[in-house]
Amino acid sequence: MAGTAVRGRLTWQVATVASVIRETDSVVTIGLEVPGWPGHRAGQHLDVRLTAEDGYRAERSYSIATSDGEPVAITVERLDDGEVSPYLTDELRPGDQLEVRGPIGRWFVWDASDAGPLLLAAGGSGVVPLRSILRHRQRIGSTVPARLLYSSRTLADVIYHGELDQYGDGAQAIYTLTRRQPPGWTGYSGRVDAAMLAEVAWPAGQHPLAFVCGPNSFVETVAGQLVTLGYPAGRVKTERFGGT
Amino acid sequence: MATLDGNAIGGLLLEVFGTDMTDAAATCATCGAVRPLAETAVYLRGPGTVVRCRTCAGLLMVISRIRGVSCVDLTGLSALG
Amino acid sequence: MTNPPVSRGFHRRRPADEDGKLPPGQYLTDDFPVLSAGPTPHTPRPDWTFAIRRGGDTLASWTWPEFQALPAETVTVDIHCVTRWSKLGTTWRGVSVDTLLAQVKHDAGYVLAFSDGGYTTNLPVKDVTSGQAWVAFGYDGQPLAAEHGGPARLLVPHLYFWKSAKWVRGLELLDHDQPGFWENYGYHIYGDPWREQRYAGD
Repeated sequence: MAGTAVRGRLTWQVATVASVIRETDSVVTIGLEVPGWPGHRAGQHLDVRLTAEDGYRAERSYSIATSDGEPVAITVERLDDGEVSPYLTDELRPGDQLEVRGPIGRWFVWDASDAGPLLLAAGGSGVVPLRSILRHRQRIGSTVPARLLYSSRTLADVIYHGELDQYGDGAQAIYTLTRRQPPGWTGYSGRVDAAMLAEVAWPAGQHPLAFVCGPNSFVETVAGQLVTLGYPAGRVKTERFGGT
Repeated sequence: MATLDGNAIGGLLLEVFGTDMTDAAATCATCGAVRPLAETAVYLRGPGTVVRCRTCAGLLMVISRIRGVSCVDLTGLSALG
Repeated sequence: MTNPPVSRGFHRRRPADEDGKLPPGQYLTDDFPVLSAGPTPHTPRPDWTFAIRRGGDTLASWTWPEFQALPAETVTVDIHCVTRWSKLGTTWRGVSVDTLLAQVKHDAGYVLAFSDGGYTTNLPVKDVTSGQAWVAFGYDGQPLAAEHGGPARLLVPHLYFWKSAKWVRGLELLDHDQPGFWENYGYHIYGDPWREQRYAGD
């Protein structure tokens, strides 16, 4: 068996919670103070480790919600049967401490030097790393055309709603609500499908770059359909979220 | 069951390899498909972590963490880097 | 090495076993976690067979209808996963491995269970006989779901649940113990949860 045995390196750092902002009923954005944070790229994530009084430990990964140059923050959705997320969304207070490892990711990242136009497809909390891409794009003054197609259950579940609507300069947010739409709703309804993508996605001939993030089933469906629309597989970057 | 991708083990790979491996090109020894580790199929929460080729489901890597030591089997890869 | 900071108010969601009914290091779960080393196979029942093999030879094999015609039992057992969850009082329906091995003449000391998708796990013959093991095709009164190992899985509740191979297609009879998939990666060759035999050397 070819391989290597390595004792864990010292990659974890202590972080102090600086702020907890409620985004929706079940979603919060947690601002962190991490001494010596090296900065991060849009689309990256970090790992969080919690230690209980009795020494019990749990680790989870969360996408970074801010762009480089801003304080590092993560956005967390509470999963009702989760062990870690309810603690982060309901208990955590400024001044509390946890450990972080990161930033992590060299594939699902976007920099100014990457070409566009950009197609960002978000399923639920998959919007988090895509929001960091849009913030980064705005922060550096990029005019690469960008479209965010964002699937949520209801309007109340849309994270960063006000912010997503105010990116100018060629960035546009398009919403679909899968479970319930408010009266007078003019956006899309139902799950993202081939017809919706055909209308929203940049034509393949424009050499677009796509980022698809969300639950496994969302990513499989959307990425597959983009390839069917002619996007080369290497121009469709994916990040799958699981439960707990 | 939700199968995740190599993004989910970025931190584990950082610990084991000492560097971020998510964009490292992985060549499947079974079918020859090449893709970044971020796009491989990852099976977590079992006794160890299993990484498979998204094309042929061939085994690429198995990472076991036993008594604080990570043991990595890379024989399913014909190239990595 | 400095101590990690305690996260105020964080605690394990699942209570540790306080009644001593669980093997050491386990916690009780009321759901049924799905863990796998690979994609869920979907072998249609008309294509399914179960075989007992030795060397290159198939000593016995059953198609799905033949398997369903064998005497089956309903058993209620506790199961313990090496990832620390335990589930008590699970009900299964299956054919006892005693029934299957009674169809062949052999003097093998060990078996290697093999499954669709390439998974294997090894066990002593004496641990899959005397009413300790089944090839189970029903769970909780329903046909065993694919994500939990259906059409059929091995069920050996007295050992850690990685020994209860999902999507099992047969048993290879062996003279010597031979490590299967997880055993090759450092997991215990036998796996008794009551002696907490999780890893090789435990």
